[in-house]
Amino acid sequence: MQQTVPYEAGPWRFLPSAVMAAAFAWFATFLPSASAGQTAELVFPWVPTLGIDIAFRLDALSLLFSLLITGVGAICFLYSAEYFHKDRRLKRLLTLMVLFAMSMLGVVLADDAVTLFVAWECTTITSFLLVGFDHHKADARYKAQQALLVTGMGGLALMAGLIIMGTVAGTFRLSEMADFAGFTSDPLYPAMLILVLIGCFTKSAQFPFHFWLPGAMAAPTPVSAYLHSATMVKAGVYLVARMTPMLGGTEVWSWTLTLVGATTMVVASFWALRQSDLKLMLAWTTLMGLGALMLGLGGGGYYAIGGAMTFIVVHAFYKAALFLGVGLLDKGAGTREVGELGGLRRAMPMSFIIIALAAASMAGLPPFVGFIGKELIYQGALYATTEEIFVLTMAVTANALMVAVALVLAIRPFFGTFRAPDAAPADPSILMWGGPALLALGGLGLGLVPGPFGALIGQITEIVRAAPGAPELKLWHGVNGALMLSLLTFALGGIFFWGVPQLRAALIREEDRVPDSAAVYDILLNAMRDTAAWVARTTQNGRMMSYLRVTFTTLALMVWGAIFVGTGAVAQIDPDIPLFHWGLIIAIAASLSTIIFTGSRLVAITALGGIGLAIAVIYVLYSAIDVAMTQLLTETLIVVFVAVAFTKLPRAGTGALRIGDAIIAAILGLGVTFALLAVLGSGLEQDVSTFYLQAAYPQAAGRNIVNVILVDFRALDTLGEVAVVLIAGIAALAALRAGREMKK
Amino acid sequence: MNSIILRTGTRALIPVFLFVALMTLWRGHNDPGGGFIGGLLAAICVALIEKAFGVAQARRWLILPPMMIAGIGLSCAILSGLWGALANGWFLSSVWPLYANVDGKWEGLAAGSILLFDSGVFLVVVGVVSAILFALEEAGVPESRKDEP
Repeated sequence: MQQTVPYEAGPWRFLPSAVMAAAFAWFATFLPSASAGQTAELVFPWVPTLGIDIAFRLDALSLLFSLLITGVGAICFLYSAEYFHKDRRLKRLLTLMVLFAMSMLGVVLADDAVTLFVAWECTTITSFLLVGFDHHKADARYKAQQALLVTGMGGLALMAGLIIMGTVAGTFRLSEMADFAGFTSDPLYPAMLILVLIGCFTKSAQFPFHFWLPGAMAAPTPVSAYLHSATMVKAGVYLVARMTPMLGGTEVWSWTLTLVGATTMVVASFWALRQSDLKLMLAWTTLMGLGALMLGLGGGGYYAIGGAMTFIVVHAFYKAALFLGVGLLDKGAGTREVGELGGLRRAMPMSFIIIALAAASMAGLPPFVGFIGKELIYQGALYATTEEIFVLTMAVTANALMVAVALVLAIRPFFGTFRAPDAAPADPSILMWGGPALLALGGLGLGLVPGPFGALIGQITEIVRAAPGAPELKLWHGVNGALMLSLLTFALGGIFFWGVPQLRAALIREEDRVPDSAAVYDILLNAMRDTAAWVARTTQNGRMMSYLRVTFTTLALMVWGAIFVGTGAVAQIDPDIPLFHWGLIIAIAASLSTIIFTGSRLVAITALGGIGLAIAVIYVLYSAIDVAMTQLLTETLIVVFVAVAFTKLPRAGTGALRIGDAIIAAILGLGVTFALLAVLGSGLEQDVSTFYLQAAYPQAAGRNIVNVILVDFRALDTLGEVAVVLIAGIAALAALRAGREMKK
Repeated sequence: MNSIILRTGTRALIPVFLFVALMTLWRGHNDPGGGFIGGLLAAICVALIEKAFGVAQARRWLILPPMMIAGIGLSCAILSGLWGALANGWFLSSVWPLYANVDGKWEGLAAGSILLFDSGVFLVVVGVVSAILFALEEAGVPESRKDEP
């Protein structure tokens, strides 16, 4: 975007960050009580007749996610404020990010299934806007749409799942559902399980829905750091954890989570090594992390669950720091391509320290918190309820590949010969590196002093498992199986790192031959578009006459259907018709035959007006003055309108009688006549009319009942109709103007 | 159209038409009439001006763009509903500040939220009908008719 005037955002740009930091501090005050198992609730009635409330509940699990959302949020917002300092779009970016953060808080704090779903959809929409932030690029638009469609589809599945759950349990409150034990024995259990898990898997980018996440890297770096480390993609993990007490504990649950998680984990860690763009590399490692989380949640034991919960924090810390660190490289050295960077450790010391610390946590080196998380996951895998050998193999392979990625991140840009597109690479200001530095150090600090944090994790583990028993968080567990596996991981990781060039070359060679679910997505999307185009082409031919034929034929079928289904009672027509009425009938018949047999449009329009006039007179005869006036005035206007429109229309045919149209018209006309006679013959209820007659004056201060009904008793209907008139007017204007545009 | 008779007649008829339209709106609550019928009358009035003097003149006569008039009308209707909500606690309930029921007979000035609502309907009808009429007049003529005189 070309900026003609240099733009600089004022100090307001730090406001969102400050608010987030304050929210973080406020949530932190709940730490002691939540760790002790206490909860806080906030409930507003919403749709009480359906048992739906706007309900929020803060327990240890919600608190952990709230702290991550606000804490990482404060850092990412500060970083964005500096990253987009001279960009006019900063206001839009920060607004969207704040809206997104609020939606995320809604997801993790909701205690009502409907509230949860609404917040869930809000995250989908706001993340769509954030991914498509550079909407002037076709690629960004495509990727944003992909993320929206995949997660939006999952959202629909989730809605269906939550509604079934609410119906089965008889409550929409999640805390009450957790106490309801009958989900797994219900015949609808498979449906609930599949629908809810599709929602979680699409949101958390699990295989085979994983492809949208690397695509979502089209977003600006701070957005990716926020969405893909601590928030958006963790929503699915959060929901799986939340649902574990309700839907978990069965074979199918743990097998699904284990298989999907393990596949995602291994597939993602291989493809991470294939990337040369550092940010894309991180995106794929995020998938690996998410797979590991699903795997841990599927394990079910308290080591596995505790490990997964610890890993959420571990991952948020190192991944946000790494994303932001790559942003520093991008800003300071001019590229994110790993091949074009080298020897930067002296020129960009802060970036180097941040990335090295975060990468160490990612590789799971002691004494970082990443080590504790990995040890717990291994420990959980050793006691896995399903196929521990399979789980262990997958976990070790994926983690070894992570070690290799961590080594690439920490070594390639900073050691070796000096390379950078920017002539004088340097660290950006402290406002940018301060946040990621805090996160990187946090990963070390939590590893050294895990005690207070361990209490929260323990409480969460008990909530998720709905059973007592929690793992102890400490660095040294003694020489055990998990430690052996860690050593094996490091050794394998070293080998992988050494073989990265060959591995990457092999992966690039095989890339085209590997089946890709993104291709399936494209096929489905194109099929949908083609079907829609075909339907529009075949049903919308743009000819008024054909639309009228379809409309009137449908109407005729419905009217005659109703007549045949009905009782067949028809009102008796009084044979004694006064002379004046005969006059009207003759006038209508004469006008009608004029319309049918005239060759001139103008004559036809005028004759049509004549019929309207005669009908208005009938209304007057039966003292419906208001209706008669309306009829008369609209007839007048219709003649004016049609006369104006006809001069603009192409000449079509000769206006002579067309047999097919005449048949349709005759069938519909006879049908309406019979239907009206049948209505009169069925005996009308007088209660409503009597009420209006009696109530109009005393209650609504009006003697004209028609008007009183329109503007008082049923004013809401009228308001709706008036709005429809306005909308129809806008549509007519748009259609008429579009026609004018096309002719230019 | 360029008819001296129509122009002169229109000039004479406009005030009468408008007066009748407004009277119809005002008396609609107790006698035949109301916002919709009044609005139609006023719309016919606009159509008459348009036919006699052309679209540009009719737009000038209306002062505001027709869709804005319609928008103001819808706002009036919604405002009258909010008025009821504020005064009585539910949306679109009637408020009669100058009108009171004395022993079963209403006395005073029959102006209140209902009249505001009816005026809203009036304005929407006038606005939308004029807007569509103007757009129709200004719409292009298709190629197939270009040869006609």
